[in-house]
Amino acid sequence: MTKALVSLFLTLSTLLLTGCPAPGEHQTITIKGSDTMVQLGQRWAELYMQKHPEVTIQVTAGGSGNGIAALIDGTTQICQASRPMKDTEKESLKTKRSLAAVETPVALDALAVYVNKDNAIKSLTMDQIAKIFLGETTDWKDVGGTPGNIVLYGRENSSGTYVYFKEHVLSNKDFPSKYQALPGTGAVVDAVSKDKGGIGYGGIGYATDIKTVPITKDAGSAPIDPTMANVLSGTYPISRQLFWYTAGPPEGPVKAFQDWVLGPEGQKVVSEKGFYPLKGE
Amino acid sequence: MRSSDAIPELLRVSEMTNRHLKRREFLDRAAETLIIAFASIAIAIILLIFVYVGREAMPLLWENTDGASVASTITPPVAWQPVSVNPRYNVIPLILGTLKVTLIAMLIGTPLALAAALYTSEFAPARLREWIKPAIELLAGIPSVVMGFFALIVLATWLQTTFGLEFRLNALNAGIALALAVIPIIYTVSEDALTAVPSHYREASLALGASKIQTAVRVVFPAAMPGIGAAMILGFGRAIGETMIVLMASGNAAYMSLSPLVMTRTLSATIAAELGEVVFGGGHYRILFFLGSLLFVVTSVLNWIGDRYNRRMRRRLFGTE
Repeated sequence: MTKALVSLFLTLSTLLLTGCPAPGEHQTITIKGSDTMVQLGQRWAELYMQKHPEVTIQVTAGGSGNGIAALIDGTTQICQASRPMKDTEKESLKTKRSLAAVETPVALDALAVYVNKDNAIKSLTMDQIAKIFLGETTDWKDVGGTPGNIVLYGRENSSGTYVYFKEHVLSNKDFPSKYQALPGTGAVVDAVSKDKGGIGYGGIGYATDIKTVPITKDAGSAPIDPTMANVLSGTYPISRQLFWYTAGPPEGPVKAFQDWVLGPEGQKVVSEKGFYPLKGE
Repeated sequence: MRSSDAIPELLRVSEMTNRHLKRREFLDRAAETLIIAFASIAIAIILLIFVYVGREAMPLLWENTDGASVASTITPPVAWQPVSVNPRYNVIPLILGTLKVTLIAMLIGTPLALAAALYTSEFAPARLREWIKPAIELLAGIPSVVMGFFALIVLATWLQTTFGLEFRLNALNAGIALALAVIPIIYTVSEDALTAVPSHYREASLALGASKIQTAVRVVFPAAMPGIGAAMILGFGRAIGETMIVLMASGNAAYMSLSPLVMTRTLSATIAAELGEVVFGGGHYRILFFLGSLLFVVTSVLNWIGDRYNRRMRRRLFGTE
């Protein structure tokens, strides 16, 4: 018994001692935040680590809000956010760590509206989309489709995508009680791909096996596809910037990594992952 | 050996035995203290969790943060809209959803689990029993996120195409997946209860001319009733608190309806989906902790009742606990 305890203690203490990082040039960068951006961040990290073996980059998701909270607590160096930081959040970073939040746009994203592949509608206006997601339009025949109930899918209210859609498309009005909140854009895409009456929204990078609807800003104008050119020129109505936040200006390895991300190699990854680079190609 | 040497030798041996005994006594006591310490730590952790969860919800009793108070959880309109310009925290749709999904899971899971338990304890040949029991108990080891994923991708599609349902993700879909999580619990506890029924009950019944089925259903089953009750209560407790399955399979819409074929939202899924983004200390945060305390109390009480039933059964069958 005693022997067992002593050996257990010895093993644990050895583990703890050897677990400490050896002093040297090895650097670790932590990234946390938006679920939309996690794949992008991971790809950036992989490529950067191949080029710089002395750097280890850990990327975790959890939502923009969680990432910002981690930045405020000092548990992450870079926060990926699919929405701008709120003033209250900037304030608490200042009071807690007396550092200012530094915002860097790293990519562009367009929120696509997804419908089932077999859905007959050709395009929707912003107003029609809002009415559908507010529960005022409930049948596809009212927006020019084949008759059938509209089933609403989207993200939970902890998602940056939800907040963005609610603010920019629904003018901050509430989703109806029939709105189904799914855990992850992948789940939304899956549901819409299998549900004939389904409609959902999410990052354009996820749109496989479904139809993305061209969107008309108002009744008179032409429908606009969520394509690179349209997002870059700003004509596609539901697009947003994706950000990196650091506490204070980035320094050392974080700065080097951020510069690489904003450079041509990093921006190439952006389009590979289905987002849009800041300056086009 | 000369006799004059015998006495010191004897003393030496007795001294050794004495030391040995003392050492053993000391070790025994040390082990006991250690076990008590670990047990108290476990109890303390549970108490502290409850205190912490309760403390975060407490301020709702006397203050109103962003329209959130204990009263706001039942005031009309009946809507759960926590992220809104005009937040509404009515929890009635969530409680209804929780009960609806739990009830469906129990209605599907209980008969299956009880029939399986009765079969393995009374009818199955010993070799088959050694296969069935671990196989069903293995179900309990499947992570609930895997079960949820299965319900989200496979089960939902099958239900919709087979029965032509309007909504893919609904209470029935979540309830069936949840039943898979509940079956091993009801099965294990009730199987133990049935096996614990002394064999002279069976022998007496068979000697009186009852068939095997009559013995199982009319003698063994009623004798194990308190244990079966405990199994059902424990299963209910598991179903009501289960999170990942309902989060993925139920559609998560706080829609008020008694129909099992529409999407629904439960208390546990609401906490899991929303806690990640709430403002620390805000109204929405406090309400979510209030829901957490509610779930905690309900599951604790259910576990306590289940345990009492189990004890009652032991007393009834063996006269001891």
